[in-house]
Amino acid sequence: MNVASSSLNKYTPDEMMTIAAARLIWPGCVCFVGIGVPSAAANLARLIHAPDIVLIYESGAIGTQPRVLPLSIGDGELAETATAVVPLPEIFSYWLQAGRIDVGFLGAAQIDRFGNLNSTVIGGYANPKTRLPGAGGAPEIAQHAKQIFVVLKQSLRSFVQKLDFCTSAGFLNGNGERARRAIPGAGPQVVITDLGVLKPVTGSQELTLVARYENVSVDKIRAATSWPLAVADTIDVVAPPTSEELRVLRDLHKRTEIAYAGKAHRLTKTPRPLFEQARSTA
Amino acid sequence: MQLGSLQEIIDQHIHDGQSVALEGFTHLIPFAAGHEILRQKKRDLHLIRMTPDLIYDQLIGASCARALTFSWGGNPGVGSLHRLRDAVENGWPRPLEIHEHSHAGMAAAYTAGAARMPFGMLRGYAGTDLPAVNAEVREVRCPYTNEKIATVPAINPDVTVLHAQAADRQGNVFIRGIVGAQKEAALAAATLIVTVEEIVDSLGAPMNAIVLPHWVVTAIAEVPIGAYPSYALGYYGRDNAFYLAWDEIARDRERFTEWINLHVLSSRDHAEFLDSLAEAA
Repeated sequence: MNVASSSLNKYTPDEMMTIAAARLIWPGCVCFVGIGVPSAAANLARLIHAPDIVLIYESGAIGTQPRVLPLSIGDGELAETATAVVPLPEIFSYWLQAGRIDVGFLGAAQIDRFGNLNSTVIGGYANPKTRLPGAGGAPEIAQHAKQIFVVLKQSLRSFVQKLDFCTSAGFLNGNGERARRAIPGAGPQVVITDLGVLKPVTGSQELTLVARYENVSVDKIRAATSWPLAVADTIDVVAPPTSEELRVLRDLHKRTEIAYAGKAHRLTKTPRPLFEQARSTA
Repeated sequence: MQLGSLQEIIDQHIHDGQSVALEGFTHLIPFAAGHEILRQKKRDLHLIRMTPDLIYDQLIGASCARALTFSWGGNPGVGSLHRLRDAVENGWPRPLEIHEHSHAGMAAAYTAGAARMPFGMLRGYAGTDLPAVNAEVREVRCPYTNEKIATVPAINPDVTVLHAQAADRQGNVFIRGIVGAQKEAALAAATLIVTVEEIVDSLGAPMNAIVLPHWVVTAIAEVPIGAYPSYALGYYGRDNAFYLAWDEIARDRERFTEWINLHVLSSRDHAEFLDSLAEAA
């Protein structure tokens, strides 16, 4: 990694967050990803250092290698570049619930100090201030993936004392409650934000700041957290993005933008090679 | 199996107050059928879909629904479904009763429905608040190990509506690509309506393809481009630009209502709907 040259690069906090998340993915990792930063990070890892990552999307695409980032979880791109496309009930039962996923990548609107996540509602459930999309695959991803990486921007609104709703379990009240309830996966092992990196501390399992990005102070991170933030004795500084990381990430976003550009109501009719093929080979 | 126009099939088989599942996980969403339900002003429907998507945003905003069973209610990759939000947050245009699940829970419920079992089970919902707001999520003890297992009641819609690539003249339906929980939703229903891109002499489906045999299909209508702005693998791509544009259209009640009037209610059928969009573009 060429830190000297990279320090000349300007980059956004979002890019740093995506790149920091991508670096956590190891070659061959079986990764269950959702749309947004998780999908960008997992694909960045695939394009840089983990070409054999197995990307699984809940729509049933296994081992997919999209050329552009999908807008939805079920874009044709995901199916067309997948090793296998299986029915959705199978993804959740035979693959996720059976414990075949190394890393589940989740985002959320709110997180608490024990890594529990809310993506359901802000305000009361019956009288919501803001109704969010809801659970989707998250509760069972959080339950069954061997470990969870959480990616979200850090602010007083997102890092809250108490969740308005618990959509996905982290460590519940900490101190081993997750294990006592026999929840299979190890839960959130890393939380990557646009300011730094948090990990659960041994024992209490409270999220603890372990690393910050360059030019981000610990005080700034504390000020973006609604609870008194636990801070590790030594705080690492995450290496800034390399030129290559930035180039590949920006190329990926650029390709994606171009793919979705243009006016709505434009029907992209495709010839039917696949269907014709299916018919002619049957 | 009845072969007919979408208009007569919706008129004949979908009635006010019924539970209706228009399935298709991002792919093959039966938009044309949803629009026909909207045109025929069906009311008090209990809508069921894992991802309500734009089609239920439209049906909810147009007063067709009294209840919704779902597991993820956003505009994929874009943000909120504003009509769904307005119904839940403000009761507009009418209050909406919600039955909320996770994807895994809903998949288990459809699977049980297809097998005509009373409930589905999963290791799910652990530590979440969902069971507190959805009394349908319960648990049983495993009779062998005594483990607590989450349960969801089977989903058996009065009517399931699917869109598929093709059917043959006998009414066998071929679905390929991302297939979601369509087969389960189809077999769970009392009545199964399918729209297809085309009716062909022979499906020529590979041996392990998903084919819904004609005797489980109630009615089929040939509706080319019937999943637009969703997509049909092998026929046309998803109009992601439309999904992005919908955010602005649906954000505002008046703009939404105008759009529905102009494009859906003023069109006699799906072909006219597509023409009206092309004119507006």
